[in-house]
Amino acid sequence: MRKKWSVAIVATAAAAALTLAGCAQGAPPSAGGGDASEPPKDLYTVADNVDLTGSPTYDKAKAAGKITVGVKEDQPNLGFLDAATGKRSGFDIEIAKWIAASLGFSEKQIEFKAIPSANRESAIVNGDIDYYVGTYSITDARKQQIDFAGPYFVTGQGLLVKKGNTEIKSEKDLAGKTVCSATGSTPIQNIKANFPDTKTTEFDTYSQCVDALNDGSVDAVTTDEAILIGYAAQAPDDLEVVGKPFSTEKYGVGLPKGDSALRHFINKTFTDGSEVWTGIYDATLGASGTKVDQPEVDDYQ
Amino acid sequence: MNVLLDNLDIFVTGFRNTLIMFFASGLIALVLGTIVGSFRVSPVAPMRALGTIYVNLVRNTPLTLIFFFFVFGYPKLGLPRADYIVLAIIALSLYTATYVAEALRSGINTVPLGQAEAARAIGLTFGQSMTLVVLPQAFRAIIPPLMNVFIALLKNTTIAAGFSVLDAGAIRAYLSERGEPQLVVLLWVAVIFIALAALLSWAQRALEKKWRLAR
Repeated sequence: MRKKWSVAIVATAAAAALTLAGCAQGAPPSAGGGDASEPPKDLYTVADNVDLTGSPTYDKAKAAGKITVGVKEDQPNLGFLDAATGKRSGFDIEIAKWIAASLGFSEKQIEFKAIPSANRESAIVNGDIDYYVGTYSITDARKQQIDFAGPYFVTGQGLLVKKGNTEIKSEKDLAGKTVCSATGSTPIQNIKANFPDTKTTEFDTYSQCVDALNDGSVDAVTTDEAILIGYAAQAPDDLEVVGKPFSTEKYGVGLPKGDSALRHFINKTFTDGSEVWTGIYDATLGASGTKVDQPEVDDYQ
Repeated sequence: MNVLLDNLDIFVTGFRNTLIMFFASGLIALVLGTIVGSFRVSPVAPMRALGTIYVNLVRNTPLTLIFFFFVFGYPKLGLPRADYIVLAIIALSLYTATYVAEALRSGINTVPLGQAEAARAIGLTFGQSMTLVVLPQAFRAIIPPLMNVFIALLKNTTIAAGFSVLDAGAIRAYLSERGEPQLVVLLWVAVIFIALAALLSWAQRALEKKWRLAR
């Protein structure tokens, strides 16, 4: 009996650990693969003479001959992994490749790692990844633990509803409705604090929320509008984004704290490469025809 | 200490939901497990079969899968919507009941057969001989394994964090978004869990002492 028990407890603990580590991350995305639209190949070249000294992250990656990049893989048009072809696509992925190229790493030398939102800081602090590009909002609280290059994109909290929903037109119509977002994420904490009449549902990933929206167990999904537009673009007949963004989120590149050399380098890449940025944007997020200007980087000291 | 005090709201909500789930599903599992355990030692073959099927089916399914069924499968059945915490309590109860049933069966096996035979000899029905003679003795013997089950249940509640219940397992996600160092957060969660489990161990010792069986 005792043996059985220890096995049972280990099994339960393992199951719990899996869930805590965001096992749902392995769940297949609900909708079909995103469009693997890529910017033209000649948009930028892999740098062969990189002028970057005093960056421990870069030195380590250079010695290893590869660079490890943290990304999302369940956000169509931003950071998406097509489970069938194993191909990654999206705006964040292309930005990540561009940074790697500017550091002299070709696409083959990039190792992508999918890191769920809640584990991003620890992945950077522990050195599991060299930098993170994946809808990562710049906040002062996060700057205590890590540094941000950028911003390279600005968006805000939006709402995704079923197509033809006449009741929810903006965030003002949320009273009595159920809204879904990622567990503990800033949007859900915002809803809880500022929309007390709204019921909330939380899952590990946004794709689970979109599932819940499709089967009617929630009325809306909320998070950064850029992410929601990606889901709406995947199923334009079923889902739509309503209202205007009601917060401001600036996406940055997450870097190990204190690596100012690398941060200034990436900021300079962004500032000097506005054509590349536009090319990447037009091929991914802007494919639906929207035009956005590249935000100015905040190269803090 | 600051991490705990600055975010007391999340810690209190998280552990309150953990305790609600623990007590609700602990109680239901105890009742359901007792019924299923009795089924497993019942003299009626179909009841025995039912108990065996239930225990083997549910106990051998990972708890996460049971949660998946209730949280993502149930809404598709078109039945009335239930709160996620209610669904979590149902999943935890059904799962834990199988362990309670098995612990109880082992306890019933420690009661000498003569006791049940004597009960039958003086004309008690199966129900009476179970509730009046066998179970009171069995419960004393199973306090240590039963507490094991409840401590496991206490920790299993964290799985609900992945299924839209703000419990102790979700604290980390909330606080990482607030920019707190996760290792410290997890240490505090662990400390509180250890304290709660220690309380259960203490209850176990107290009950063992109180119901010590003279044989």
